[in-house]
Amino acid sequence: MAERSFKAEVEHLRKGTGDVFTGEGILAITKALLENGVGYVGGYQGAPISHLMDVLADAEDLMSELGIRFEANASEAAAAAMLAASVHYPIRGAVTFKGSVGVNVASDALANLSSSGVNGGALVIVGEDYGEGSSIMQERSYGFAMKSQFWLLDPRPNLPSIVKAVGDGFALSEASNTPVMLMVRIRSCHVTGSFDTSDNVPPPLSVKAALSNPQRDFKRVVLPPMSYAHEHDKIDNRWPAAEKYILENKLNERFGPEDGKVGIMCLGGMYNSVIRSLQRLGLADISGNTSVPLYVLNVTYPVVKSDVLDFCLGKDAVLLVEEGQPEFIEQQLGAMLYKEGATTKLEGKGIFPKAGEYTGQIMFDGLEAFVRQYAPELLPGKVLAPNTPKTELPDLSKTVPIRPPGFCTGCPERPIFASLKLAEQELGSRQITGDIGCHLFACLPPFEIGGSTMGYGLGPASNAAFDGGGEKRAISILGDGGFWHNGLSSSIGNMVFNKSDSVAIIVDNYYSAATGGQDVLSSRAENDTKSTNNPISKALAGVGVEWIRQIDRTYDVTKMRDTIREALTTDYKGPKVIVASSECMLNRQRREKPQRNKAIADGKRVELPRFGVDQDVCTGDHACIRLSGCPSLSLKKLDDPLRDDPVAHIDQSCVGCGNCGEVADAAILCPSFYEAKVVHNPSGFETWYAGIRRRIISWLQGRRAGKRLAFSGENA
Amino acid sequence: MSLALPLDAQPTDPALEGIIKLAVMAVGGQGGGVLTNWIETLARSEGYHCQATSVAGVAQRTGATIYYIEMAPGDVASPVFSLAPSAGDVDITIAAEMMEAGRAIMRGFVTPDRTTLIASTHRMLAVSEKTVPGDGMASSEEVKAAAEVAAQKLILADMDTAAVAVGSVISASLFGALAGSGALPFKREAFEEAVRAGGKGVEPSLRAFAAGYDLAQNGEAPKAPEPKAAKTEIIEPEGPAESQTAWASLIARIAGLPEDIREMAKAGLTKVVDFQDCDYGSEYLDRLQLLVNVDDPEKGYELSLEAAKHIANAMTYDDVIRVADLKTRPQRFRRIEDEMRVKSENLLHLTDYLHPRAEEIVGLLPEKLGRKMENDPAWMKRIDRWFNRGRRIRTDSLRGFAMLYVLGGMRKWRLKTLRHRMEQDHLDAWLTTVSGYLPDRYDMAVEILRCRRLIKGYSDTHARGLSKFDKVLSGARLVENRDDGAVWVARLREAALKDEKGTDLDGALKTIESFAG
Repeated sequence: MAERSFKAEVEHLRKGTGDVFTGEGILAITKALLENGVGYVGGYQGAPISHLMDVLADAEDLMSELGIRFEANASEAAAAAMLAASVHYPIRGAVTFKGSVGVNVASDALANLSSSGVNGGALVIVGEDYGEGSSIMQERSYGFAMKSQFWLLDPRPNLPSIVKAVGDGFALSEASNTPVMLMVRIRSCHVTGSFDTSDNVPPPLSVKAALSNPQRDFKRVVLPPMSYAHEHDKIDNRWPAAEKYILENKLNERFGPEDGKVGIMCLGGMYNSVIRSLQRLGLADISGNTSVPLYVLNVTYPVVKSDVLDFCLGKDAVLLVEEGQPEFIEQQLGAMLYKEGATTKLEGKGIFPKAGEYTGQIMFDGLEAFVRQYAPELLPGKVLAPNTPKTELPDLSKTVPIRPPGFCTGCPERPIFASLKLAEQELGSRQITGDIGCHLFACLPPFEIGGSTMGYGLGPASNAAFDGGGEKRAISILGDGGFWHNGLSSSIGNMVFNKSDSVAIIVDNYYSAATGGQDVLSSRAENDTKSTNNPISKALAGVGVEWIRQIDRTYDVTKMRDTIREALTTDYKGPKVIVASSECMLNRQRREKPQRNKAIADGKRVELPRFGVDQDVCTGDHACIRLSGCPSLSLKKLDDPLRDDPVAHIDQSCVGCGNCGEVADAAILCPSFYEAKVVHNPSGFETWYAGIRRRIISWLQGRRAGKRLAFSGENA
Repeated sequence: MSLALPLDAQPTDPALEGIIKLAVMAVGGQGGGVLTNWIETLARSEGYHCQATSVAGVAQRTGATIYYIEMAPGDVASPVFSLAPSAGDVDITIAAEMMEAGRAIMRGFVTPDRTTLIASTHRMLAVSEKTVPGDGMASSEEVKAAAEVAAQKLILADMDTAAVAVGSVISASLFGALAGSGALPFKREAFEEAVRAGGKGVEPSLRAFAAGYDLAQNGEAPKAPEPKAAKTEIIEPEGPAESQTAWASLIARIAGLPEDIREMAKAGLTKVVDFQDCDYGSEYLDRLQLLVNVDDPEKGYELSLEAAKHIANAMTYDDVIRVADLKTRPQRFRRIEDEMRVKSENLLHLTDYLHPRAEEIVGLLPEKLGRKMENDPAWMKRIDRWFNRGRRIRTDSLRGFAMLYVLGGMRKWRLKTLRHRMEQDHLDAWLTTVSGYLPDRYDMAVEILRCRRLIKGYSDTHARGLSKFDKVLSGARLVENRDDGAVWVARLREAALKDEKGTDLDGALKTIESFAG
């Protein structure tokens, strides 16, 4: 079960013509797929489209009613490959994953798909994870569209535009026999708004029905000589067909006056941000009516030459608003203008920074600089000469600490890395590579473990150069998500085949946790539509790993550390794999908390554990925190003139995982930690016996108090 | 070629002033999404256009997150909203934690010309603040001072405590504070209706909402006067008459000390007596008196104050007996029951995580025997094998309690132990160093006293503290004849408290060696 449930929202997907849908961008995309007669959907989770996968999974009932097949694909490559169904069959298909890393993984399939061309509309909905709040490197998916020549849509970030783009995408794909990628940025995935719905349409040909009548078009096979023909087909037929469709259906939009001496061109996804800056410059009103001509590229690839030249020619200068680098569109536009012999000055990078997201301030500064340079007469007086000086604010950059993401309270991965850190303290530091997933947070303080991450499921593979071993064995980390995505073959298979003398630790938290708790093959949950409970250790044995250690409770830090020590010191030369399994605490709490509360209310016996620190025993050294970083393990300043440093303190949010106590024990830190288990609805005997114990203990305590001075404070 | 028509300059659209821009700065897991949903529901129910966005994904795993909302009156035709806040262009900023308020100010989301800042003053410490061996907590005061300059209207209160006190979470009290701030043109009832429309935990949310509303309207009630002053009066110990008499005579000696240090000396005395007995307390006062005698009233008794504090800490070292004693006290049981909210119908199981090593066991032996064992690796190994393992003691069970109770009762025995001898030797050496700097090098003496702060923790941590202490003292000897010697000792100590491995300290020592070596 995923972290967020969309069961309630999914009901709105049944709305029909005449209704209005209000909600999030990803739900609007799902609704649009249903309205456009999609025949099959799939994808692989990852920010920012994780929730789209969750919505699709929660909408599975509705989709099967319509005859739509939903597949939670094993990887982005698998998702893209699924679009093969649209190559030979007139069936619309859509898959989703994140860009640019998902597109990287999918590129093999995307290249083949683009070469073949499609018969039914094929749509790739890619969540472009670029800019502030991104979880990956700084690339753009645009380059893939150029190299494989599929079309790229980047609609304006409002629900009606996004919904329209889904329909446009399918139609464009079919009109040009080319797959289409619909790009939605982080914030447009989660943007809320409304649009007018229409009835859901069952696919004219369902995948099930298609199986009864297999089809094959020899021309679409990607093998010479057909693949050579595909290249010409792309240029001679598909591209012109796409341009024709784009122009005839006005997929790109123009706003503002017909003519003007300057103009602005922007990608659809940047539209709102451009308008906001124009509003602040006095060049647009609240509804976006601008006094500067604006060309919005809702289709960013291909750039339709005749149309953009028509916009540019006759203007003194045109500003292109395109984030990131390389500046693909600017380069194309520059070449087009130059070849045309145009005198229009093209601005873009230069006025805008070459790298980084165009935040509100950067957009404002860029547009202001452009208009000031080429058409200052447009600017209102108060923008031209502001008369209020800015107030100087105190500098807080040295005060405010950074707050990167980290392991949640009770995370089962924390004790794994605490153990690894303890093993390193004992046996010396190691060459460690990480992987993609929550466990990557171990790179950050307080653990600071691992440096390189080469891709999903590639943790052990990125240590391959060290497979030959040495004085100190290398260690790599791999998550369960990465293991099933790609790791089993690329990392583990690689280790086995090359007789790697290194150690891999597989972090098995029962879910694809970082992306929102979706099930994977080894998930322990029962899932009606998916096959779960396929143990990782069995798969390891299957590919020939002989040295496997399965740990079923990662919180046992002593055992975890000892197992790592064993792996690092054993005489066995082949690959050593430790599977460290405990359930993701975020998901576990979400599952167990309601059950627990109900059990307590029903009068059943329930034990609720939580940890605490004896503040008088704690000396305020914080060694425990340096091996934990748990959000619930914090500091408290004591009201005691004798104590200078704050002591450790565990707050109410503790879920009783035991990591802090286990670490204090394994690292022999201090005796400050205790576990307090509150027993709800104890049995009669239990209560009676506890009463007796209590009386004896109280008597002993009273006896001692009578012999010494007792101060009112616990420790005065 | 078309005509290059100059366009008319257009004044800023007055309708733009109708857009309300609201940013929520939160820490992942604080319920920023719930708050955003409420605000959206509220705006739509009042006939406003509204748009919300967020950056989800891994940022939610305890990292800093931003939610952004824009709204405009319903009579505006299809307004175009931004998807992200811009510096200098935010009307309302809600910060769900004090440092997040600071971050909002740094990013320009709080400006004097327009922003209402609603911030919770409570702290959720960042990892970098917590891992420092000393005190690494960021200054809320600096953020507060900046907020007072940056915000047009400022609402600062502990919204977290206010919500938790009524069984809810901070998103509800912040929503209440938003209502109470008057920054949105909607009535209180409309806000409450939005909470009801959410449908989950409505009653507790409404209670927290009311608490937040009140805080925004009336501010925080002035805090009760510091209980500290009263506390020194209250601590009159109970116990056998004989000890009471001894205690009274100790208190009488405190009365003879300079007034400036009486409070600290009493705190120190209490700690020492609580650790051992009144005789030990008398030893404490003897040691203190020696330094008081040579102190300088002109300097505000700085030396005596530090001595009162650090001698007490040094004398109450953390041995097995002290830990066992503290773990078996009735006050501890009461505190834990309180903290864990144990109700009368519940039971409490209490498990202590202990891990004694050979060193602790040998430290309990009489001095002579202990020394012999300590110097005999074979014996140390044997003892290690017998005792060195993690022990989970159920302190609420008879067996577990009895074991700790017996250990905690060994106070009379303590004075004969090896550990006590070692602590006494260390204490004496330290105080001799201090005295050596008197009377001429007063500042050095004070700084050497303060270095006691470096010794803390158990086992490895304790050993590391001791070695840092030794390093700082050896550094002190290099600069003892310089005018700025005391300043250097202070610098060394601060460096030692900054990181665990002592890299900063080693760097500072190198600097000293470069000019003094």
